[in-house]
Amino acid sequence: MTASAGPPKKRDWSLRSRAVRALLYQVLALGLIGLAVWFLAHNTLTNMEARGIQSGFDFLSGPAGFDIGERVVPYESSDPYWMAFVIGVLNTLRVAIVGIVLTTILGTLLGIGRFSHNALVRGLCYAYVEIFRNIPVLLQLLMWYLILVETLPFPGQEKSLFGLFYLSNGGLSYPVPVWGTGQALAAAGAVAGVALSWWWARRARSLFETTGQPRPVLLPALGMIVGGALVGWIVGGAPTDWNVPVPGGFSLEGGSSLTPEFLAVLLGLTLYTSSFVAEVVRAGIASVPRGQGEAASALGLSKGQQMRLVSLPQALRVIIPPVTNQFLNLTKNSSLAVAIGYPDVVSIANTALNQTGRAVECISIIMLVYLTTSLGTSALMNWYNKRSAIKER
Amino acid sequence: MEHATFQPIAPRPAPVRTEGVGPWLKRNLFSNLPSTVATLLFVAMAVWWLPALFNWGLTQAVFAASADQCQAARGSGACWGVVTEKYRLILFGRFPYDEQWRALIATAVMVGMVVVSCVRLFWKPWLGLIWLVALAVFFGLMFGGFAGMEFVATDRWGGLPLTVLLATLSIVLAFPLSVAVALGRRSNMPAIKTVCVLYVELIRGVPLISVLFMASFMFPLFMPPGTSIDVLLRVLVGITLFQAAYMAETVRGGLQAIPKGQQEAADTLGLSYWQAQRKIILPQALAMVVPGIMNSFIAMFKDTSLVTIVSLYELTGAMSLALNSDSDWRPFKIEAYIFIAAIYFVFCFSMSRYSLWIEHRLSTSKNR
Repeated sequence: MTASAGPPKKRDWSLRSRAVRALLYQVLALGLIGLAVWFLAHNTLTNMEARGIQSGFDFLSGPAGFDIGERVVPYESSDPYWMAFVIGVLNTLRVAIVGIVLTTILGTLLGIGRFSHNALVRGLCYAYVEIFRNIPVLLQLLMWYLILVETLPFPGQEKSLFGLFYLSNGGLSYPVPVWGTGQALAAAGAVAGVALSWWWARRARSLFETTGQPRPVLLPALGMIVGGALVGWIVGGAPTDWNVPVPGGFSLEGGSSLTPEFLAVLLGLTLYTSSFVAEVVRAGIASVPRGQGEAASALGLSKGQQMRLVSLPQALRVIIPPVTNQFLNLTKNSSLAVAIGYPDVVSIANTALNQTGRAVECISIIMLVYLTTSLGTSALMNWYNKRSAIKER
Repeated sequence: MEHATFQPIAPRPAPVRTEGVGPWLKRNLFSNLPSTVATLLFVAMAVWWLPALFNWGLTQAVFAASADQCQAARGSGACWGVVTEKYRLILFGRFPYDEQWRALIATAVMVGMVVVSCVRLFWKPWLGLIWLVALAVFFGLMFGGFAGMEFVATDRWGGLPLTVLLATLSIVLAFPLSVAVALGRRSNMPAIKTVCVLYVELIRGVPLISVLFMASFMFPLFMPPGTSIDVLLRVLVGITLFQAAYMAETVRGGLQAIPKGQQEAADTLGLSYWQAQRKIILPQALAMVVPGIMNSFIAMFKDTSLVTIVSLYELTGAMSLALNSDSDWRPFKIEAYIFIAAIYFVFCFSMSRYSLWIEHRLSTSKNR
């Protein structure tokens, strides 16, 4: 709208006035939406009453009555529904976080591979991207699950890798250290190392800004974390006990294991999403003008410095927003786990829905969980994005 | 006077050849040590794997529709016999066997319309009219019930026709809605802007499957008592609303790329809001977002596979339906998966090529 100077404006209440019409349109639109919502809500209430469907979230405190095969915190079938939902959310987060980490690594490698000097590497990366992003992710999940369950041997004849890892159609077993004081102290040491290296990174930056002398950050930080963990481990008595899986008659004893459902979801989501991330990384690298690298080498920067100080920061600026979207897509696609029986939040909600018939409540819980995750992630990424954006005057 | 004889200097060596097979190989495969190692590694892997894959997929494979032969070849060769035996069930689901020609023609009409809509020559107002005719033909053929064709209810529709229908119709219906929402999001009326922002952000924050669950379980509760709405229609409404939120963001991107001067010039000419949008802003913005809309279409085409979770048997669902009930063929599901994966790949890959091509063409008009 245009601001007009000149004689003092008199409010024009005729229908020709833009302001009046805008007000009218908005009132009309809100009225229509309100009417629609009222209509739907009214119908829902009448229908629920007619069919004798109970409503409300009070069912959450009742016993769930079903068991969950995969859980990170203790749970029994007599536990309440809300506990089952918590397990579901944790399972969703577990597969999403591991998937995001693996996707970042694989996607970055594939994206950089598109610029390789070697034609075979270039071609393979291209073929990977085109194949994996043009097949529906649900189909990929189902295929991985089928391959894991049908082609791998039964437990008892599992494939062994160095006698430490065992793969069968019951999942992947791997050794874990026996948790004790030593391990706890090592973890505490590593955390202290992280805190220390954060402090060092800030100090190095302020030193660089005041004196202009660069200090190494990456190696000392790595040293602080590893050193902290080592000190904690030695103080704790340097325990070396590992819980190694041992093949028994029908199953494996000891160790820790991942179910085929988890592996299938993880594989499917990671391979699918990394093809998209690879494209984003490729576009990001391609977006840095060639002159930037040339200017950097004219200033005498080495190849590594060019990459680290000039090309990468500019490419990251282009890469981060779409990669955030891909991470969110991965998290949302983890809901497809319901198709192969991985107990994520959708799967749990689906079971609860079938048992209690409370469709509205269960679906609202699913939506709420994903909305919180999505909005939380985008808030975090917006914050990071703002930090790495160009600082304009 | 001394006689100066002409002494030619030695000829310069011929320039190093940079074209042709040899130099290309040197540059692209053996340029330095790591590259050479990688090349040799890949060649070794190909020598190791490709013959085995070739044997499994072709020479040892069973193409005849015989479960016994397939069992015998299990582990050494692929069983493409499952495709020979079940392809009608996989492609058309539970559509009556003798009437499947109708589903085939209907699918061809729909795919043809998508191809026609991709040609710039046909981007005219009457394209909408042709779409209406094509949709009428599609539904006429699928439903039947006239001219001696048996009536087929929607619960027997399945396979590729359903996939194509859901993907195409949801895009066609979502398009006007997405333009409206995109305009609403840029409007300076606070109430309308808030409603549009809320709609887009809420839908984009939740997975498609929760929207499908809503269409499947909650939608019946929303309707006045006594009315029942076909599950196909409910799912179609769900994915249209879902798709519209994503497309609205694409369209908004196009609107934002139009320089402000265009709107100001339209205002100067005295055009009303709708005249300016229709004649100045939208034609430019929409041409710009064609690649984005194409990508939405590819995403939707893949996402239709999710409706199998709410018991609509499109391509993926029809495949499961065809094999799960048949214990003879169930062991060869992986070959059937490869078959439908190939179908999805052909559709999505060709669309993504088109999207790239149009993007290139649109950008060449800018780089004069």
